[in-house]
Amino acid sequence: MENMPTEVHQHHHTAPTGFIRKYIFSVDHKVIGKQYYFLAIFSVFVGMVLSWLVRIHLVWPSLHIWGLGAFSPTGAPGGVITDAYYLSLLTIHGTLMVFFVLTTAPQAGFGNYALPIQIGAEDMAFPVLNMLSFWVTFLALCSLVLTLFVKDGPPISGWTAYPPLSAAGSDAGPGLGMGQNLWAVSIALFCIGSLLGALNFIVTTVDLRCKGMTLMRMPLTCWAWLITAILSLLSFAVLFAACVLLILDRNAGTSFFLPAGLLVNGKLQNHSGGSPLLWQHLFWFFGHPEVYIAIVPGFGVISHVLSVFSRKPVLGYKLVVGCLLSIGFLSFTVWGHHMFLSGMSPYSGFLFSVPTLIITIPATIISLIWLGTVYGGRLRFTTSMMFALGFVSVFVTGGLGGMFLAQPSLDIFLHGTYFVVGHFHMVMGVAAIFGMFAGTYFWYPKMFGRMLNETLGHIHFWITFVGVYCIFLPMHFIGLEGMPRRYSGFVEDSMQHLMPVHTFMTVAALITGATQFIFFFNLFWSMYKGPKATENPWESTTLEWTVPSPPPFDNFGGKVPVVYQDAYEYGDVKNGKDYVMQTDPAGQPARS
Amino acid sequence: MSHSSGPLSAATVHDGHDAPLWGGAALPYAVPSKKLGMWLFIVSDAITFSAVIFAYGYLRLASADWPRPFGTPSIVNATVMTFVLLSSSVAMVLGVRASALGKVSGAVGWLLATALGGVIFDILHIREWLGLIGEGVRPFQNPWGTPMFGAAFFTMTGLHMLHVTIGVIYLLIVAVGFGRRKFSAVDVEVSGLYWHFVDLVWMFIFPLVYLLSAKTA
Repeated sequence: MENMPTEVHQHHHTAPTGFIRKYIFSVDHKVIGKQYYFLAIFSVFVGMVLSWLVRIHLVWPSLHIWGLGAFSPTGAPGGVITDAYYLSLLTIHGTLMVFFVLTTAPQAGFGNYALPIQIGAEDMAFPVLNMLSFWVTFLALCSLVLTLFVKDGPPISGWTAYPPLSAAGSDAGPGLGMGQNLWAVSIALFCIGSLLGALNFIVTTVDLRCKGMTLMRMPLTCWAWLITAILSLLSFAVLFAACVLLILDRNAGTSFFLPAGLLVNGKLQNHSGGSPLLWQHLFWFFGHPEVYIAIVPGFGVISHVLSVFSRKPVLGYKLVVGCLLSIGFLSFTVWGHHMFLSGMSPYSGFLFSVPTLIITIPATIISLIWLGTVYGGRLRFTTSMMFALGFVSVFVTGGLGGMFLAQPSLDIFLHGTYFVVGHFHMVMGVAAIFGMFAGTYFWYPKMFGRMLNETLGHIHFWITFVGVYCIFLPMHFIGLEGMPRRYSGFVEDSMQHLMPVHTFMTVAALITGATQFIFFFNLFWSMYKGPKATENPWESTTLEWTVPSPPPFDNFGGKVPVVYQDAYEYGDVKNGKDYVMQTDPAGQPARS
Repeated sequence: MSHSSGPLSAATVHDGHDAPLWGGAALPYAVPSKKLGMWLFIVSDAITFSAVIFAYGYLRLASADWPRPFGTPSIVNATVMTFVLLSSSVAMVLGVRASALGKVSGAVGWLLATALGGVIFDILHIREWLGLIGEGVRPFQNPWGTPMFGAAFFTMTGLHMLHVTIGVIYLLIVAVGFGRRKFSAVDVEVSGLYWHFVDLVWMFIFPLVYLLSAKTA
């Protein structure tokens, strides 16, 4: 050990000067974090346009959409979306949003950017591996986007790619040839990128914390990224195996997921011995932790932001850490609740139902902690704070639906309906995206050195907040009424009385989506025209606010920070300040 | 021991006085980043193998006529392969020991011996594959029973063979790098972790794939 300090100096890398090494194939965690962020921004934009198209098809099925006929002559002849193309668009919407937005931006985007600075490190533990993770993820995105341009279009099998449909080959329907192959390759690549990233996050958090940064002094964001990385490491490995088996089924003639006696369009398939349920087990063993991979970084950001803008410490820091850990552990025990409807022994159903309901306990504790953190605080209603409060609202609203779905007897009715669509969009989609917005408005000054426009931010928040309730709350009710999901249209008389609700949701989706252009405009305009950000515009305590905005290449300008304080030392005003930086050797703030 | 400091353990740059304040980073968890990284890779890779082995068990239990084609020559061959792989792990242990003691030529020699074990394993394995293919085993059919036998066999052993092959290349790179003093003893130890893991996976595949499918008299 005695020779450590001499070897360490090799790590002080110097900033690259060429454009390619600086911005394209960069090993700087800050650049890679932004790359992930913009990859997610691109994906969320495409995913949002696709959601418009599917919503439009549901309520105005014969509408001619300008330009779409030229884009996909088979999928949308004359600009009218076919029923099959509806399913193709739905598949790509789901895959893009779940993998390339919800999994990418909160963890790989913000995590890459902020984790090393928040723990006082110069960079991630493996900078080159970090670069590789991004570029593998980029290739995965290319492979997925390519499905929109191949002859048959994207697969119709949904983001869950249930066999036999996904494994049976091109005879089974549009997009199930080349499109499904590209999908499987895309997800397999995404798994590799996520695994490498997760490994890097864990090693960085364990090994690279600066002096004084004990685990219990880390900002809760770092805890959230660490736990998410552990979930990624353990779950993406299974999805990777499943994708390899799916690729073999489709291209090497194996039958892992294909049973005997399968008829595809009247033709008997030469497969036997496999089971579609096997895919469901492997997929959801990944799929349920994936829900928390999407939302736990949001938990971290929200805990952080609520504390900063309430000018109060997080109520029960250790309890939050405990909740995150127990949620992470429980997420591996509940995958079967996605499969109640697939058929299982009632005893198995019970076994999966109980831990699912137990998850509501840490989830409730953490929600109450957020309310308790805000309670009695000197609130500062910045846009970031608004989105954090909005997060609590949509997370609790969406989470309540989960208690219905956790019970097999109710789930068997609700699972195939819009209730599930409303539930997971609210609790996983919208909540995680609110977490991203809160993170964006919070870290933007650090990332780009300029402030976002707060007025535009508030307009963006209020329309989005009301909008998402208008879109996703009615879904719960039409689901209870029995409206099935994934149908491309509703012609039965029994469903006609619900069509006005669908129209309302589509209009709400168009308006809410259009509002996002305010955000996109704010994002890019402020990069050049926003007011210059100071070092610590939010009067926050953590290490990223001790360095210039944006930080130098090695984060701390050759100096190494030493941490003396917990992450959330906010209190009464003393010497004109109501907070104590983590690097401040003086005592804790007074609290009334 | 010098092996606890890789060039990446940057946190160790701090001066170290004021010990009670530390509480984090490399001092309490004195594991080099590369070694921890390899352990984490092994965890995730083990889960990938587990998923494939789970798939095999799931399908085998659901199948009434899973073939048991491996006669004495196959079992003997697989036992020899097991012996070769285990021996290579012993060589790896000796290589890691030599590298930690700074015996460069000894370490390189043992690493090359380990890689040779991997090559012999691969050759025996490919011979086995060709024999089975000659008997008519394909991923989608075989002469004896449920067609999934071939799919499971080739997928599991193929995934493992891929790991052995990558391991051989990895060991050669480490051997050359350590010989030229480019790599440290930690790098040798980390490559050893990988090699022992690949060996351990075979300790599951050998009984699950071969012994469970041995021809019953």
